[in-house]
Amino acid sequence: MSVSSIGNLESQLVEPVAGEPEGEAAKEIQGRSPMQLAWARLRRDRVAIGSFVVIILITLVAILAPVIARLAGHGPGDQYPFTALNSYGLPVGPSRAFLFGADDLGRDLMVRVAYGARISLIAGVVASGLAVIVGGVIGLFAGYFGTVIDTALSRFMDVILSFPLLLFAIALVSIIGPSLGVTIAVIAFFSWASVGRIVRGQTLSLKEKEFVEAARSLGASDMRIMFVDILPNLVAPLIVYATLLIPAAIVFEATLSFLGLGVTPPTPTWGNMLSDAETYYKVAWWFIIFPGGALLLTTLAFNLLGDGVRDALDPRYSRLFKS
Amino acid sequence: MSDLATSRSDPAPDSDVLVRLKGVVKHFPIRSGLLRRVVGRVHAVDGVSLEVRRGETLGIVGETGCGKSTLARCIARLYDLTAGTIVLDGRDISRLTRRRMRPLRKGVQMIFQDPIGSLNPRRRIGSIIGDPFAIHRISRGEQRKRQVQELMKLVGLNPEHYNRFPAEFSGGQRQRIGVARALALRPKLIIADEPVSALDVSIQAQILNLLTDLQDEFKLTYIFIAHDLSVVRHVSDRIAVMYLGKIVEVGSVSEIDARPRHPYTNALLSAVPVPDPDRADHRERIILVGDVPSPINPPSGCRFHPRCPKAQNLCTEVDPVLEVKKDDRAEHLAACHFPVEVGEHLSRARAGIAQPDRPTESDISKQTLESAIHPQERT
Repeated sequence: MSVSSIGNLESQLVEPVAGEPEGEAAKEIQGRSPMQLAWARLRRDRVAIGSFVVIILITLVAILAPVIARLAGHGPGDQYPFTALNSYGLPVGPSRAFLFGADDLGRDLMVRVAYGARISLIAGVVASGLAVIVGGVIGLFAGYFGTVIDTALSRFMDVILSFPLLLFAIALVSIIGPSLGVTIAVIAFFSWASVGRIVRGQTLSLKEKEFVEAARSLGASDMRIMFVDILPNLVAPLIVYATLLIPAAIVFEATLSFLGLGVTPPTPTWGNMLSDAETYYKVAWWFIIFPGGALLLTTLAFNLLGDGVRDALDPRYSRLFKS
Repeated sequence: MSDLATSRSDPAPDSDVLVRLKGVVKHFPIRSGLLRRVVGRVHAVDGVSLEVRRGETLGIVGETGCGKSTLARCIARLYDLTAGTIVLDGRDISRLTRRRMRPLRKGVQMIFQDPIGSLNPRRRIGSIIGDPFAIHRISRGEQRKRQVQELMKLVGLNPEHYNRFPAEFSGGQRQRIGVARALALRPKLIIADEPVSALDVSIQAQILNLLTDLQDEFKLTYIFIAHDLSVVRHVSDRIAVMYLGKIVEVGSVSEIDARPRHPYTNALLSAVPVPDPDRADHRERIILVGDVPSPINPPSGCRFHPRCPKAQNLCTEVDPVLEVKKDDRAEHLAACHFPVEVGEHLSRARAGIAQPDRPTESDISKQTLESAIHPQERT
């Protein structure tokens, strides 16, 4: 080896890298993580922030539903046959006592819409959370291990994606009986496969990266490579997919409730309110506008937020999620 | 160090050899169709025998696609071998399972070519450099942080940048991160796979000097892979020249420089730029014809024969053995039937066989016709 290079060993080892700006240590530039950068980008997106605010408000309404009930003076299941129904037995419209009007049984629609938000949010968030976890893990295994495992898991996902889900849900619920838990399980069961496919595809390309090879040359186990090296690179698509899954899950829950297969009456959900309103909407517009509007507002807000999150996290992913 | 290597004329004794490769073969199957049947094989590494001595730097040069990186990954046991043995420090590691290989990985580390791709973009560099300590359960918490920061200082990084992400560093700094990670477990052997190819020329020298300094300090052995002969010549004690999955010539830097025996080595050497226009004008340039043949279906006999200016019919039939040629030192091996003599002008040589890209003259074609009729006569 060249002898001259030994001479500057001392200076090499002590001095920081040449080309480093002087005095940088004094005025420390705060290093920002990819997540912090994404958050900064998201904050500049007015539509996304507006949607985020709407979601927070809806969440607050759901959490504070009992408070709203107390302020209105009506419980979610209380019937007011004398004040909420007119002399023909039809529900009264929006008034000082019933801000959103009343339903066919003389119950306060505003209180019921607020309680319905609880079911929708729980079903949406829990079902898509489950779908993302299950789909993420299965996709990771399929993509990372490949070969037989991949073939088996991929075919399984194909089968699930090709199921007629509504028919399956109707059949399943008629056997087990409707409840919130069953609804969430059904939604999650039909949603994870699409997450799994995306994660599998990303894992297939990530596992060929040199940093995976570097981890392997250090002696890292498969589990460590999957969950320490690959998974952090999947967080962005997973967050995006989760935010886009939530509105789909909310709509699915409403659909099942509308068909009487989700959460059963008298528990108020937006779906079974719309189902009840079916026969009355010609004489009582408020009966369909308020639950329907709440559903529309919530799904729209989640979808717009999802778009914003996708653009903020990684602009490159936008093509992947456009359907 | 370099004179140590050149003064030795006998093959190195066993205790002096850190890694010994014997007939290492790595083929990649090509699968196609519904049943994923093997329809062909990529002969990436095809019978490589080499010795790496303790404390030396062995440079491996060759064109893109000649199997250098595959060979490196075979030695690091990132790939399973198709055939052959690798003995590391007296222990045969060529058939070890992943679990059995794990503790031995501490002794062999790699530095990768791509300073962007080899660092996980979603992890902080403190955690990246700390990976070896975490994987081998050596230290944790504050102790690990201290060790990582010592390593960062050692490779010339600012330890305060512990919490930064790879994207916040320049290419040279990222390669320093890679060096720090490779150094963490105090390995005996570091395999550097084109460590400077992706860097600016000005940064290349910094990294090369860093590697040299670290070698002196920690008594490291390097396998240094590059396609740039001038870089390899600068850092190496010995050089191995690879062509299409085979070693065609091995020898000390001074030997290879002074008397390259294989025509391919001659061609490589003649392609290294000379920083003197007067000398450059008078220099012989050997321009190879054609491209590197496909490793899926390598040429018969000597793999270099379709491009070799000295190729004869023998070369198309018999694969030359890597051996000491006449008048060479014992550690200078070449695989060629018609080794180049000192003072020979290769650019004026004419191949004795038809070569696709060369205009074939009538006498050459007559000769090949004759030999096609009487193939035994020449051999």
